[in-house]
Amino acid sequence: MKAVYLDNHATTPMDPRVFETMKPYFIEEFGNAASRNHQFGWRAEKAVELARKQIASLIGCTDKEIIFTSGATESDNMAILGVAEMYAEKGNHIITTNIEHKAILDSCKVAEKRGFNVTYLSVNKFGQITVDDIRKAITDKTILISIMFANNEIGSINPIGEIGALAKEKGIIFHTDAVQALGRIPVDVENMKVDLLSISGHKIYGPKGVGALYVRKKNPRVKVSPLIHGGGHERGMRSGTLNVPGIVGLGRACELARTELVQDAEKQKHLRDRLQKRLFEALDEIYLNGHPSERLPNNLNISFAFVEGESLMMGIKDIAVSSGSACTTASLEPSYVLRAIGVGEDLAHTSIRFGLGRFTTQEEIDFTADQVIKTVKRLREMSPLYEMAKEGVDIKSVNWAAHH
Amino acid sequence: MSYSPKVVDHYENPRNIGSLDKKDPAVGTGVVGAPECGDVMKLQIKINKNTNVIEDAKFKTFGCGSAIASSSLATEWLKGKTVDEAMKIKNTDIVEELALPPIKIHCSVLAEDAIRAAISDFQKKQSAGGESKS
Repeated sequence: MKAVYLDNHATTPMDPRVFETMKPYFIEEFGNAASRNHQFGWRAEKAVELARKQIASLIGCTDKEIIFTSGATESDNMAILGVAEMYAEKGNHIITTNIEHKAILDSCKVAEKRGFNVTYLSVNKFGQITVDDIRKAITDKTILISIMFANNEIGSINPIGEIGALAKEKGIIFHTDAVQALGRIPVDVENMKVDLLSISGHKIYGPKGVGALYVRKKNPRVKVSPLIHGGGHERGMRSGTLNVPGIVGLGRACELARTELVQDAEKQKHLRDRLQKRLFEALDEIYLNGHPSERLPNNLNISFAFVEGESLMMGIKDIAVSSGSACTTASLEPSYVLRAIGVGEDLAHTSIRFGLGRFTTQEEIDFTADQVIKTVKRLREMSPLYEMAKEGVDIKSVNWAAHH
Repeated sequence: MSYSPKVVDHYENPRNIGSLDKKDPAVGTGVVGAPECGDVMKLQIKINKNTNVIEDAKFKTFGCGSAIASSSLATEWLKGKTVDEAMKIKNTDIVEELALPPIKIHCSVLAEDAIRAAISDFQKKQSAGGESKS
C-alpha cells in the first residue's frame, strides 16, 4: 500500500480543485492587486475580492473584515500584539489558556515583556476551558481574551459561542485561533460573537504561506496595530503586496470547506470512529486523550501504555502520524498539551495523534489499524514496563533513577 | 528524523530479546532509565563463574528506535566477553557503530549504564553469596 497520510493537523494536501483555480495567477494573471491604473492590476484585485467573499461566507462575516496574512502564525501574532498595542491605554491584561498553539503562547510572552499581564488558564482533563473559568479571570484591566476554537493535538472543542457572549457582555475583545476547526465544524463569527479569528490556508487543503485574520468592523469596530509596515495595504493593518495566487487558493479552499463541510465531517468521523473502535477492541491498556465526543471529527489521540511513541511510529513507517513523545522533538520534552490535561509524562511519551483528512479512505484506516495493532503487540513483547505490569508491579511505585 | 540502516536493522530484527531468571546467582540484571523520560532498559547477563565470561545476554527496552538498537547492540557485543572486557564498552563505541545523531546520544549512555548496572548486580550477588557462606 502507498504511504498513508494521517497527519492532517500538521498540514493537508492541496485539493486539486484549489490548485486548478490558482494556476492562472502565477503566469498569465501576475498583476499586483494594488495596481489601480491598469487591467493587470484590476484583474488581480477582482480575484482577491472574490477570495475575500469566499472566506467571509465560510465564517459568516463581510468581505471587508478579512485581512490577508502570511499564515495563521502571523494572524495570531497580529491578534495578540496588535490588540495589545492598540488598546494599551484601556488596560494591560490578556486571558488565554495553557494549551494554545505556540504562536499564541509565544506572542503572549512578548506582550508580557512589553508590560502586559497574561493569565494562562488551565484547561480541564478533556482540554477544555469553561466560561466560568474565564469569568473569574476577568479584571477591569482585561482587554483581550484569546481562546483556541479546537486544539491541534487532542481535538477538544471549546464553547466559543458562550465565551463570545461573555466577552461581549464585558466589552472585551475576543480572539479565537480557528485553524483546526475551520472546515471541520461550523464556525460563525456573528452567532458566536467573535471579534478576531485566525485562518490558515494549508490546514484546509489550500496553499501554504497564506492565511487571514478576521477583524470585526461593526459592534464593535475592532482596530489592530500593524506588525508589518509599508504601503498601507489591507486597511493599513497589514502592508505588503498581496500574495494573489495564494489568496485565490485560500478563497477556493474556503468555498470547498463551506460546501463540503457536512459530508467531509461525517465521512471523517465515521472513519475515525472505526479506527478507534478497532484499536480499543484489539489492545488493552490504551487511553483516549481529549474529550470522548466534543472533539474534531478527524482527530484521534491515544496513549499506548508501555510503548514509546517514536518507536511505534518507526514500526508503522508507511503511515504518517505524530507523537507527543519527547523523542520526536528537539526539546526532548513531551507534549505540553498532554501534560496540561493531566496525562502523566510516562503516558505522554506513548501518545500518537491520528489526523484524518478529506482524502482518507476506509482501506487506509483498516491498514492503519492492522499495522498499529501488530506493532504495539510486538513492542510490548520487548517492553520491560509491560513485563513488569503483567507481573503485577506498579510502575509508578518504582523508584526510577532519572537521567538526562 | 531519519535512522541509520543499522538502527533500522536492530529495530526490525532485535537480537536477544527476552529475560533471564533474575534470581539466578549467575545472572546480573540492570534496569536503567525512567518511564517519565521516555526510555527504560532492562539488560541481563549470565556469567560463567569459572571463566568470568558472559555466556548469555538478554534485553527488553521501552524507548525510541535508537534506544532499542543501542541495547540490542549491547547484548550482541556482551556475549563472549569477560566481565573486564565488558566494562570497557563505551557509549561512544555504540554511537559510532549505529551512527547515532547528537540528539540520540543519551540512548547510548543509557546502554552503557545498563551494562554497568548488570555487572554491578552480578558482582553484588557474588559477594553477598560469599558472605553468606562464611
